[in-house]
Amino acid sequence: MVAVTPESGQDSGLGADLGAQLAAAFDAAVAADERVEPRDWMPEEYRASLVRQMAQHAHSEIIGMQPEANWITRAPSLRRKAILMAKVQDEAGHGLYLYSAAETLGTSRDELLDKLHSGRQKYSSIFNYPTLTWADVGAIGWLVDGAAITNQVPLCRCSYGPYARAMVRICKEESFHQRQGFELLLALSKGTPEQHAMAQDAVDRWWWPSLMMFGPPDDESAHSAQSMAWRIKRHSNDELRQRFVDIAVPQAETLGLTLPDPDLKWNEERGHYDFGPIDWAEFWDVLKGNGPCNEQRLSQRRRAHEEGAWVREAAAAYARKHAAAPAAAARNEEARV
Amino acid sequence: MTATDTPTVNAALALGDDALILSHRLGEWAGHAPELEEEVALANIALDLLGQARFLLSMAGDEDEMAFLREERSFRNLQLVEQPNGDFAHTIARQLYFSLYQHELHTDLAAGDGPFAGLAAKAVKETAYHRDHAVQWTLRLGDGTEESRRRMRAALDALWKFTGEMFQPVEGLDGIDWAVLEGRWLTALTGVLEQAGLAVPEGPRTGAWAAGAGRQGLHTEPFGRMLAEMQHLHRSHPGASW
Repeated sequence: MVAVTPESGQDSGLGADLGAQLAAAFDAAVAADERVEPRDWMPEEYRASLVRQMAQHAHSEIIGMQPEANWITRAPSLRRKAILMAKVQDEAGHGLYLYSAAETLGTSRDELLDKLHSGRQKYSSIFNYPTLTWADVGAIGWLVDGAAITNQVPLCRCSYGPYARAMVRICKEESFHQRQGFELLLALSKGTPEQHAMAQDAVDRWWWPSLMMFGPPDDESAHSAQSMAWRIKRHSNDELRQRFVDIAVPQAETLGLTLPDPDLKWNEERGHYDFGPIDWAEFWDVLKGNGPCNEQRLSQRRRAHEEGAWVREAAAAYARKHAAAPAAAARNEEARV
Repeated sequence: MTATDTPTVNAALALGDDALILSHRLGEWAGHAPELEEEVALANIALDLLGQARFLLSMAGDEDEMAFLREERSFRNLQLVEQPNGDFAHTIARQLYFSLYQHELHTDLAAGDGPFAGLAAKAVKETAYHRDHAVQWTLRLGDGTEESRRRMRAALDALWKFTGEMFQPVEGLDGIDWAVLEGRWLTALTGVLEQAGLAVPEGPRTGAWAAGAGRQGLHTEPFGRMLAEMQHLHRSHPGASW
């Protein structure tokens, strides 16, 4: 990558020629699939676009803890309880990796959390749907995490190094999450009639919102084209959505569950499954804040943050007190020398 | 079936229920912790305890039958571990009291050759971390801000009356000198609280009921509601597999 430090590269006092050279070198490096690292020169729009995407991803991880944590205290067996707790813990860990990766672009976690809490940054709309039964935990794992993996595996090759590396770890854990969801649903589907009905109901409710997770159709997607040119994104929304449908259909058959789409059928000519129209009005409505849980998710997040303020302040005060002593001692030491 | 037939089963239920119930309480923090690092840490401790609980309850019977089909009066856990989370200071005070106790107990059990030696040898590494986590937070809350100090002091005081029960002898745990264990616990606790600038609470370490109430299946009111939540789904589908 272009080895230009921020000090030499980002000042506004750059000559126009140097700026153009840097931009050209950046574009060429990205086109050649080289990784961009934190100290490399990069266009401001590239930085802003990455921060926006990584923040939204991090926020989705931590808001996404809520619908599943909703079932930790009611998990029906100790084995399931352990798996679910570990999964929710992983999501907190993913949030940590991603906020740290965003910090390499000069944006602090506090700043990003503040934007989440004030509604200036978004999280994935899927988490604005409620988890009404235990089977929803399975449907989230199978469909929501399945869709997330389809979206995220290509991000392991994203042009920005820290994001790509965080995604490698995240995808490994997500694939475990997806398998546990599938296995949970399989146990229910093969269980009692009541359990089977619970699984089918959950799949009926989560299928369409999962397809919406890939974002609006390509011709309506605001950031797609630029993100693809920058190699932040590698496949279009519609391509990824199709890939997910093609994977999910045979899995649903194995599960013995049906997908709630009468138009779903194999298209020999295309080599893909055709599927029915998505209700984009619902998508935009939930995105605007009118989903079943938007208010609840954000207010729980704000409350946890506000109620934890005194704890974070205590930790900071303690750190200051105990950092001050050795630092003062070191200064005295220096003064003597 | 309550399966308290043998001393070993009795002890497995006492230790297993402590771990199960505290794990459940810590699990209630998911999505509510004061920072992201604490989400990870509290879940980590909850998972360790749940692992211990599953091993111990399996010594008494089927782990899920033990957890989900016993009535409130059959649970043998300490009243301390069933206490609601309260604010973060209450959770940390509960963790401090319990993890110091559990670490000392596991150390003794691991040194013996009884039926719990193997589990204790593994668990003692986990409880060393739990203790460290509680100690580090006690220092920060005690020696942090005025508010954190006030909250931590209130939490230590509120839970103090549940600490006496920890040192009532448990049938089936042979070779434990409970008075010595209590002495070590008090010494360790005093050291931590002094370093945090907090006084050791005064007042009785048991309530009006005889010490050891929890071990005999006498619990506090919040425990019934906690169990109702924990057991409801399992009980709603008798005989189902999950």
